[in-house]
Amino acid sequence: MTSTTYTLAWRNIWRHPRRTLLTISAMVFADVLLVFMLGLQLGQYRMMIDNSLALVSGQMQVQVAGYLDDPQMYRSIPEADQLAVQIRKTIDLEAVSPRAYGFALVSSEKRTLGVQISGVEPYYEQLISTIPGLISSGRYLSSASANEAVIGSTLARNLKLAAGDELTLLGSGRDGSMAAAVLPVVGIFNTGNRDIDRQIIAIPLNSFRQIFSMGNDAHSIIIGGQRDREEQYKKAISTLIKDRDKLVLLDWETLLPGLKQVIEADFFSAWFMYAVLIILVAFSMLNTILMSVLERTHEFGILLALGVRHSKLGRIILTESTLLALTGMVIGIVAGSLLTFYFSKTGISYPGMEEMSARFNLPPLILPEVSLRTVIPGPLAVFLASVLSSLYPIWHMRKLNPVQAMQAA
Amino acid sequence: MISRIAWRNLWRNRRRSIIMLSAISLGIWGMIWMTALMRGMVDQMIDSSIETLSGHIQIHAPGYMDDPSIEYLLPPLNKSPALQKLLASDEVVAWSERIRVPAVIRSERDVYAVTLVGIDPARERGLSFIAESITQGSYLSSVNDNRLLLGKKLVERLETRLNRRVVLMSQDPDNNITERGFRIGGIFETSLQATETAYVFAGIETVRELLKSGPGVSEISLLGQDYRNLDSLLEKTRSAASYADVQTWLQLDPYLGSLLGVMDGFVLIWFIVIFLALSFGLVNTLMMAVFERTREIGLIQALGMKPSYILLMILIESIAMLLIGLTAGNVLSWLTILPLKNGIDVSAVASGLEWAGMSSTLVPAVKTYDVVLANAVVLVLGLLASLFPAWRASRKVPIEAITRVWQ
Repeated sequence: MTSTTYTLAWRNIWRHPRRTLLTISAMVFADVLLVFMLGLQLGQYRMMIDNSLALVSGQMQVQVAGYLDDPQMYRSIPEADQLAVQIRKTIDLEAVSPRAYGFALVSSEKRTLGVQISGVEPYYEQLISTIPGLISSGRYLSSASANEAVIGSTLARNLKLAAGDELTLLGSGRDGSMAAAVLPVVGIFNTGNRDIDRQIIAIPLNSFRQIFSMGNDAHSIIIGGQRDREEQYKKAISTLIKDRDKLVLLDWETLLPGLKQVIEADFFSAWFMYAVLIILVAFSMLNTILMSVLERTHEFGILLALGVRHSKLGRIILTESTLLALTGMVIGIVAGSLLTFYFSKTGISYPGMEEMSARFNLPPLILPEVSLRTVIPGPLAVFLASVLSSLYPIWHMRKLNPVQAMQAA
Repeated sequence: MISRIAWRNLWRNRRRSIIMLSAISLGIWGMIWMTALMRGMVDQMIDSSIETLSGHIQIHAPGYMDDPSIEYLLPPLNKSPALQKLLASDEVVAWSERIRVPAVIRSERDVYAVTLVGIDPARERGLSFIAESITQGSYLSSVNDNRLLLGKKLVERLETRLNRRVVLMSQDPDNNITERGFRIGGIFETSLQATETAYVFAGIETVRELLKSGPGVSEISLLGQDYRNLDSLLEKTRSAASYADVQTWLQLDPYLGSLLGVMDGFVLIWFIVIFLALSFGLVNTLMMAVFERTREIGLIQALGMKPSYILLMILIESIAMLLIGLTAGNVLSWLTILPLKNGIDVSAVASGLEWAGMSSTLVPAVKTYDVVLANAVVLVLGLLASLFPAWRASRKVPIEAITRVWQ
């Protein structure tokens, strides 16, 4: 395109400064909103994922194939501590912890309930899970071989237990033998997640192995650490367990399928909103370009009579709308990023969020994300929709006849 | 006369007006649709929560909510005639008594913790999901039926089958372990997997026998006429059962309650956002309409028309545009939502929604309140937005306006 096209187009845009400014404002408004909302959404998702993973599941887990679907006690990883040490060395990460799970009838003085028991390594557990930090009374487990237990707050209430009381476990071990123990409750944790507070008793891993005749086995090796290094961990661990029979590496999407799908569903419904918004802005753009074309009918007639081709006129109009949309997009991206960046430092909370955050285990403050993937898609969509919407006025121009056009007022 | 001028002005530039009208219609369509979808989602979560045993109102013995054991029982109904009378009245659509205690279920292969619910099969029909969800075997026939109803997922986890035996273990009122073998008489399937693994149902008398408990019950669940409007029923239930702990579904599930609140706020914000996107176009269109008529406005002003009439004229133009756009938008929403009143299949994205308490068909719920609010927001704010161009038009000085060819 020649520079005259640009010059003409740019001058044409500013013939009606007020109209142009309003149109650009519409785009900037939509851009800022989209950048902010997308940043907020992704920030919220990341928080949901991080917090859910930090509670129990970790980033990924090594298990015996089939254990996830049907957690039978005999599906255990032999020599799990050794494997955990190997994984720690391979990926250079401390936060790798073996766990074992079993089911037992748990009795206090007054009550008996069926509960899942986890055997954990207290030192490594606190690197992976937030539960050790959420003790509301008493303390967390002291060592891997101590004879003690920590339990969820709802469970403690239902069992009528306080820190310091004793509980009795009665279940069956890995080999089918009787598993029984009496353990003092040293601490009670309160995560705010009602399922976890109601369902979990944690005891030290070695005690668990003794009680449930587990030898040196565990049911799962949990890997914590940063989510951005997920791929790297995956590769290293997969190679490591390749020659170990029947072991599989499960990522968080497999461990918590519900979480991923909630996010997808939310993302999907959000795009419906965004689409409506983008189309509305495109209408605004369409109107502006159409007006500017219609009011110049006379002028276009003269240009045509002077020998300017229809295609050149079309290019000028397309350039006008592109420049207009581009200006809107640039301002929108800058303004949107600035606004979102500000809130990514201060955090956002809205009323009524507390119960929701408790249910999904979120902190009540959201930090929106500012990155290429939150800043670009929205404004780009607005830009494309705006340029597309200018095609109608151009198409309308296509059959303009110089004589008739010059007669127009 | 002014309205006639305004009406004709509106159609001077037909294409421009039609684009603006389309934008308004689309805006209102988006508002109504989005809220209908979201309300549909929340309604579904509420329905499934109410169906999954919560009912509209639940009555428990004091202490049961904190410690759901067989120790806390409500006295039998025949000891409280006031409550009996209320339950028989028109205000209560359905009600049932239940015994609900934690238990452990064991097959040959595995053990799980569940909630054992003793029900009155006849009363439970129409109150909760159980009767309609049986996919294998049959529903319980009486309060003495000594078969169990299990969820499909639980049956799979226990590696057992219909008609096999399982052992249930629980605690009697003296805190002794009590256990008994039962045959699986029916298997139920629900949209929520958690429900399938959480509950085991049996006849209420059978459960009494197992638990060696007296004639009391753990809870009475009842349905009123309308779940949104339970205040008076709650009041009456509280006074009829003053000895008990009475709660509505909202109090039983504070998460759903807060979700309703967040929804209302969100709907309003969404309306305003859409409106703002719309308003740029609206102001622009009116502005253009005023600018291109600068000469003409100056002329009619010079001919003696009062500025306030010009203001009025532009406002009427804007109202006409808004009203036509709104009408079209509402009709469009109605036409597009009507064919979907049986629900939209969202199973592609729905297994995650299950986690949040929803099933895979989404029925859009159009609420009068939302529609009225959407229209009101557009109309009122639309008028406010057109005040500026109208005010500018009325402030033109006649001579300047006539002599100026363009702006």
